[in-house]
Amino acid sequence: MLKEFYTVTTVVNGQSYKRVIEPRMSLCDFLRDELDLTGTHVGCEHGVCGACTILVDGLPVRSCLMLAPHADGADIQTIEGLANEDGELNVLQWAFREKHALQCGFCTPGFLTTITAFLAENPNPDREEVREALSGNTCRCTGYQHIIDAVLLAAETMRADK
Amino acid sequence: MKPARFKYANPKTLNDALSLRAEYEDESRFLAGGQSLLPTMAFRLAQPEILIDLNWLHELNYVRLETSGAIRVGATVRHREMQVNRLIIDHQPLVNEAVFQVAHQQIRNRGTLCGNLAHADPSSEMPAVMLALEARFHAKSIDTDRWIEAVDFFLGVFETALEGPEMLIEIELPSMPERIGTSFMELSRRPGDYAMMGVAVVLTLNKDGTCANCRLAFCNASDTAVLAPKAMASLVGKPVNEETVRAVANIVQTELDPPDNINASSAYKTHLAGVLTRRALLKAVERASGGARAAA
Repeated sequence: MLKEFYTVTTVVNGQSYKRVIEPRMSLCDFLRDELDLTGTHVGCEHGVCGACTILVDGLPVRSCLMLAPHADGADIQTIEGLANEDGELNVLQWAFREKHALQCGFCTPGFLTTITAFLAENPNPDREEVREALSGNTCRCTGYQHIIDAVLLAAETMRADK
Repeated sequence: MKPARFKYANPKTLNDALSLRAEYEDESRFLAGGQSLLPTMAFRLAQPEILIDLNWLHELNYVRLETSGAIRVGATVRHREMQVNRLIIDHQPLVNEAVFQVAHQQIRNRGTLCGNLAHADPSSEMPAVMLALEARFHAKSIDTDRWIEAVDFFLGVFETALEGPEMLIEIELPSMPERIGTSFMELSRRPGDYAMMGVAVVLTLNKDGTCANCRLAFCNASDTAVLAPKAMASLVGKPVNEETVRAVANIVQTELDPPDNINASSAYKTHLAGVLTRRALLKAVERASGGARAAA
């Protein structure tokens, strides 16, 4: 009943994977080291900075606070899965570029995944709601104002596109 | 920043989980949502030899309405459920209001209510909410089965009444009859951070509008979530208005002795406790007399 290794079968960005890993491996290390999906960034590794945020069954979670076995049977989306099928930036990514919502870019994957889920639940947020939605992600470069601008632009563009 | 090596068990039934715990009591830990235990393991402050992962125990993943009107929440139910579950929204407005202050959405999507309570962090919101509501805690081991009152559950920083092989398998939130108003308020540096001070209020009114019962529980005010019994008793039988509420807040400020921390001095936290008590009581009385039990 006690396992030293665990077989994970999971779907990431629509593709199936199966790997045998040590159960102490974090989900972010699993994505980066086992699946070579290095777009998910590892910042603090204890659930404070939000850089490693991914979508598990559509909900944003910190992948440093999940063990790789928790991916077993899950449907995961990472930053690599956000762009449109033709490789073009999606509306949110475009808005980030348009509004200068990143500088060094380290925190950006975590912001984009967090906001993807937020806008799905709240397509018409006000500035205050955006600030609250971003509160779990740390950015050391931008001062956040441009990120908020980008989220509002993305929301507006998505509503107009519908 | 990587957890130490451990052996992993992912039991599919409660019975298997409790058997494992009984067999490896000293060297094992239960893992629920992992939002507190995993960082502790990453820092290697916790190095369990055996990790009993409860994430595969689907039998404890329920929010249930009992015939008594009470709500039971199983051990693997995540905080997010307190935000969106219809039973919680309709029957437990205090839990629903307070959960939005528990960390950030990414954490709430993963962390569990019971795991949070068993962790017993005094600065966490939910222990105070449970004290205010007079919730009950269901502890079970392979040989024992008992209920613990909220007031007896929290013993110290990260310390609960749970004994060696026991698991907190569910909590029961009592039903809320008519003329009850609740409110949760806190002040933190940033949304989602731990509160510098927070208060959970459960106020029951008599038919004539005077206070029949008042419960005030505070987070980040001591080694555990704490009640303010003198302040609570002082309101009973009185009308609940600006003047009486201010008097209650003054008693709270003499009754609490919160420790300093990096975000706020003891004096400032005491000040906040008074302000939040006053505002939360006024909000609770508005909700109680409006007939609406619901939150904002």
